[in-house]
Amino acid sequence: MLTKRIIPCLDVRDGRTVKGVNFTNLRDMGCPVELGLMYESQGADELMFLDITASVEGRAAMLEFVERVADNLSIPFTVGGGVSSRENVTDLLNAGADKVSMNTAAVKRPELINEVSTQFGSQCCVVAIDARKKENGNRSLENGGKIEWEVLIKGGRESVGLDALEWAEECVRRGAGEILLTSWNRDGMQTGFDIEMVKVFSERLPIPVIASGGAANPESFVEVFEKAGADAALAASIFHDKIYSIGDVKQAVKNAGISVRE
Amino acid sequence: MKTEVDLVDVAGGNLGSVRRCLDRLGVPYNLVNPKNAPDGSRPIILPGVGNFGAVMENLQKDGFDQLVKRLVADGTPYLGICVGMQILFDWGDESNSAGLGLLPGKVVKFTRGKVPQIGWNKIQCPDSSQSKKSDWPGGYVYFVNSFVAQPEKSSDILYSADYYGDFCAAVKRDNICGFQFHPEKSGPFGQSLLMRWIETVSTNSEFRENLAFATKGGDNAD
Repeated sequence: MLTKRIIPCLDVRDGRTVKGVNFTNLRDMGCPVELGLMYESQGADELMFLDITASVEGRAAMLEFVERVADNLSIPFTVGGGVSSRENVTDLLNAGADKVSMNTAAVKRPELINEVSTQFGSQCCVVAIDARKKENGNRSLENGGKIEWEVLIKGGRESVGLDALEWAEECVRRGAGEILLTSWNRDGMQTGFDIEMVKVFSERLPIPVIASGGAANPESFVEVFEKAGADAALAASIFHDKIYSIGDVKQAVKNAGISVRE
Repeated sequence: MKTEVDLVDVAGGNLGSVRRCLDRLGVPYNLVNPKNAPDGSRPIILPGVGNFGAVMENLQKDGFDQLVKRLVADGTPYLGICVGMQILFDWGDESNSAGLGLLPGKVVKFTRGKVPQIGWNKIQCPDSSQSKKSDWPGGYVYFVNSFVAQPEKSSDILYSADYYGDFCAAVKRDNICGFQFHPEKSGPFGQSLLMRWIETVSTNSEFRENLAFATKGGDNAD
């Protein structure tokens, strides 16, 4: 049986890890390759590296970094953040990324999804959707039992009036292999994943859904797999802040009778 | 010294990750393509990601598919990974086209669950498998696939796994082997399976005789 995936996410700037890193057993605490290897040894099923670089020089450093990760890691990893063109995607895949995650660029030019999935296959084509509950969501719930979410782009700064579920379905039609679904209402809150939203997307979409945003503890993962049917779940802070290890999460998920890789 | 392998680089896709994995394992490799053709003296690894038909089309350029087929029929060990395994069979539904036809069977789309299957699944030797195969260890490996092989002969199945029903996760017959999963992305266990195959074929006496013959008779002797 296919197991549920636990995916730690690392923020990287200019090829170095920047967010919430608090490990004492690593010589260079900022080295994302070492962090990645540590997560791999803890049992992470995949890794996600989010590039938050702003400069051109930083982009070049990122490619070098991706190569080093690919040389050392023996589990799959996705690179996302600021992917703006087919050239970006090609560079990252050539550098050794297994998958590339697209967000704003795909919203602005949806053909990018077709291009990437046709050229490299759906398996490496992840579309990240930052979704926020629409303000009229509750009203429509009263009317017809339907809650809606809208797509945010540019790191949550801008709404383009796009329905998140419709957009996800369009991504599937265009060849996306996975949807990384981040709840903008839950992100950084550490109050658990958005079960309601993840459930709707997981049931509706014919491709895997990675739930993101809000992980607070191992129980959050149990809940998102059990109640929302997520195929994978991603988290950053709870792992980086060393509150819980990957092993803690996997043990809890396993104890709940859900299949995980041991 | 570890056996050198021939890594086929005409099929695109995950060549990079397999190449990196061989580097980590310290296995020397030689990239082969129509311009630098294999002579059958080294085991062949053919990784493949993407579309069955596209991989076959790439292979068919300059008759490379026929060369590979002949070498494998003559006893050169072959390991196909992902689509590299699928093309061993007669037919692929993905592109409605023929494969190499080295193993009887076809490759069909998953009909249940989310497609593609993405993630870690547990592989085990099926109960019915031959005694030689049952000493291959079970464990978790990483899959990314929408299509699966349906071998005509169940004795060709090395590993099976469960995705809304049993499916063929690996095949093995004589010198031919295929992994539907990605050993190069399956952590230490996946790497151990790749290493096991390399060690098995490099100690296989019949192949060593072929190797001696090919090295003696070929131009590439060194």
